[in-house]
Amino acid sequence: MKELLKVTDLHASIADKEILKGINLTVNRGEVHAIMGPNGSGKSTLSAVLAGNPAFTVTSGSATFHGLDLLSMPPENRSHEGLFLSFQYPVEIPGVSMVNFMRAAVNAKRKYFGEQPMPAAEFLKLMREKRAVVELDNKLASRSVNEGFSGGEKKRNEIFQMAVLEPCLSILDETDSGLDIDALRIVAEGVNKLKTPDNATIVITHYQRLLDYIKPDIVHILYKGRIVYTGGPELALELEEKGYDWIKNQVDKEA
Amino acid sequence: MDPEISKDTNSIIDDVTNADYKYGFTSDIDTEVIPKGLSEDVVRLISLKKGEPDWLLDFRLKAFRHWLTLTPPRWAHLNIPDIDFQDISYYAAPKSKEAPKSLDEVDPELLRTFDRLGIPLEEQKQLSGMAVDAVMDSVSVKTTHRAKLAEMGIIFCSFSEAVREHPDLVRKYLGSVVSYRDNFYAALNSAVFSDGSFVYIPKGVRCPMELSTYFRINATGTGQFERTLIVADDDAYVSYLEGCTAPMRDENQLHAAIVEIIVENHAEVKYSTVQNWYAGDAEGRGGVYNFVTKRGLCRGAGAKLSWTQVETGSAITWKYPSCVLAGEGARGEFYSVAVTRHRQQADTGTKMIHLAPRTTSVIVSKGISAGHSENSYRGLVKVAPNAADCRNYTQCDSLLLGSSCGAHTFPYVDVMNDTAIVEHEATTSKISEDQLFYCNQRGIPTDEAVGLIVNGYAKEVMNKLPMEFAVEAQRLLQISLEGSIG
Repeated sequence: MKELLKVTDLHASIADKEILKGINLTVNRGEVHAIMGPNGSGKSTLSAVLAGNPAFTVTSGSATFHGLDLLSMPPENRSHEGLFLSFQYPVEIPGVSMVNFMRAAVNAKRKYFGEQPMPAAEFLKLMREKRAVVELDNKLASRSVNEGFSGGEKKRNEIFQMAVLEPCLSILDETDSGLDIDALRIVAEGVNKLKTPDNATIVITHYQRLLDYIKPDIVHILYKGRIVYTGGPELALELEEKGYDWIKNQVDKEA
Repeated sequence: MDPEISKDTNSIIDDVTNADYKYGFTSDIDTEVIPKGLSEDVVRLISLKKGEPDWLLDFRLKAFRHWLTLTPPRWAHLNIPDIDFQDISYYAAPKSKEAPKSLDEVDPELLRTFDRLGIPLEEQKQLSGMAVDAVMDSVSVKTTHRAKLAEMGIIFCSFSEAVREHPDLVRKYLGSVVSYRDNFYAALNSAVFSDGSFVYIPKGVRCPMELSTYFRINATGTGQFERTLIVADDDAYVSYLEGCTAPMRDENQLHAAIVEIIVENHAEVKYSTVQNWYAGDAEGRGGVYNFVTKRGLCRGAGAKLSWTQVETGSAITWKYPSCVLAGEGARGEFYSVAVTRHRQQADTGTKMIHLAPRTTSVIVSKGISAGHSENSYRGLVKVAPNAADCRNYTQCDSLLLGSSCGAHTFPYVDVMNDTAIVEHEATTSKISEDQLFYCNQRGIPTDEAVGLIVNGYAKEVMNKLPMEFAVEAQRLLQISLEGSIG
């Protein structure tokens, strides 16, 4: 099946304020989508709603994820079924080592599929292999989740977790924010290494910068809770050149 | 979207489950229980049943007469219902003709009970690194590994045996750290205590295994009043563990224990507790009242005493394991994790009394409250006028799960010497919804995420527990909070 995610007329709100006002989006396996848009247009809300953040309420619409009714699933099952969200602001969990955190994550997924917990040796080998993807050093294992990590380390840590969990759909929410050029390159290379014909990536970003490293097949522009424009990679470049005002003016005029 | 997911945290906190107290069974054991009520005659009867010498009866009677002049303490941040002290039986013992000489003579139901609790009393089945004294209701059932320890001159036996076999040692130390005049419950315990553990580590001996006492209340309508006395002579070392459970009953049961520890020159005692008495149900029915006086005297120079406690059980907890630092350069430590949920109440902490120069102390307290519980830290750091160059560091953290529970901190500092350095840090935090969602997104369900986050929060304390206990304590922490957040 080529179609991985199909979102139809999705509306969502927080504290009775509607943020998403009818999103339609289809993502096929092997594709990289970029969702761009000015601040406050609903980009992060879309990623949070797809991942099942309980802070948001879906008021109407549907989403199917390789045939499953995504919106009826608790967030942990969405994760088990292969949806991964790289957070814009990864939280710190004091006292919980990365190793324990990832072991809990890996074994929760295995339990969901009726498998035994991963043997310790195999797990440590997996951690070692995946760390290499984002050039994360081995001190990470004993450090608490995101605690005292620099901005770049946090984002690399997100991609590391993505590598371990091997999702079929990765949503990268503003992964480029707060990254210097070296960190950006490492993160982007990590994402590219993990790309296969069977998985797909949604890159949410405000700037073209990240798209120099992660080449999108399709670019969407999100504005005021709707996807107002969809095009090829050239759309991102056009935005970079003209700025968002061009889109804003056009949409606001029509409305 | 699934309505379950969008339910807000506060409403889900009410969905707390209570089916997870796996120690709540009762055992059908032939038990001798004396009639309810407390009087001088009852005190004499207890002493008679135990065949005690006159000096001990005398000690009990003095304590009883003093107790009559006292009223229960009311200063703690606890709502304690009136207790009818005449409605309690003060002595319950599994029936047996004589003290069992071998396991064959122990009631098989008793062995099964401890087996179910994960405390095998057959020595060959035991972890080689641990000796156990098992106390059921008021009486010590069996102490393992005694012969091996005796070769090194270590005494580890029930309190009653110690009275018979080592009367001089018991007489010398009994009440020397916690006087029967100390407080209401200490006086009560001193009058009616039935059994407990006795440990003596001779000069220069390092105890080769963990010593452990496992307390079990089984009989109904009774209180448990045990007494533990640990003496570490010069340069000795011992690590001592204490565990406790009780059946689930609708009634409240009183547990009023005393622990006294004497630490001589350069000796070290580590005392670890995993307290898991039955806590009552979600509405606050039943559960153990845990009113305990624990204190150690670091009498010698360089003596060291370390208390580590993981408190998850009991309807009401009132205890302050303390260190009296009387020897120059002595050190006291207190590491505590106290979990309360449902209607549980805990008022717990420590006292560090610096009486000698260059004494140091450390206090790390981690309170975790859920449901409608009340969780208080109460601590005293006192530095005497002629105790120069003392140091104390106190860290006192509270973690709230939900908004219907309470966390309180009552730190008292009483410093009478200008050279002292006393530091206090305190934080209050909540498990954030962002943390839970982050875990969920990585596939970790909420219950497991809460366990992970709480264990991370309590890590500093959990790391102080001996290995044999740490795994059990971590699991306990996780289980005890299951269902606390949706």
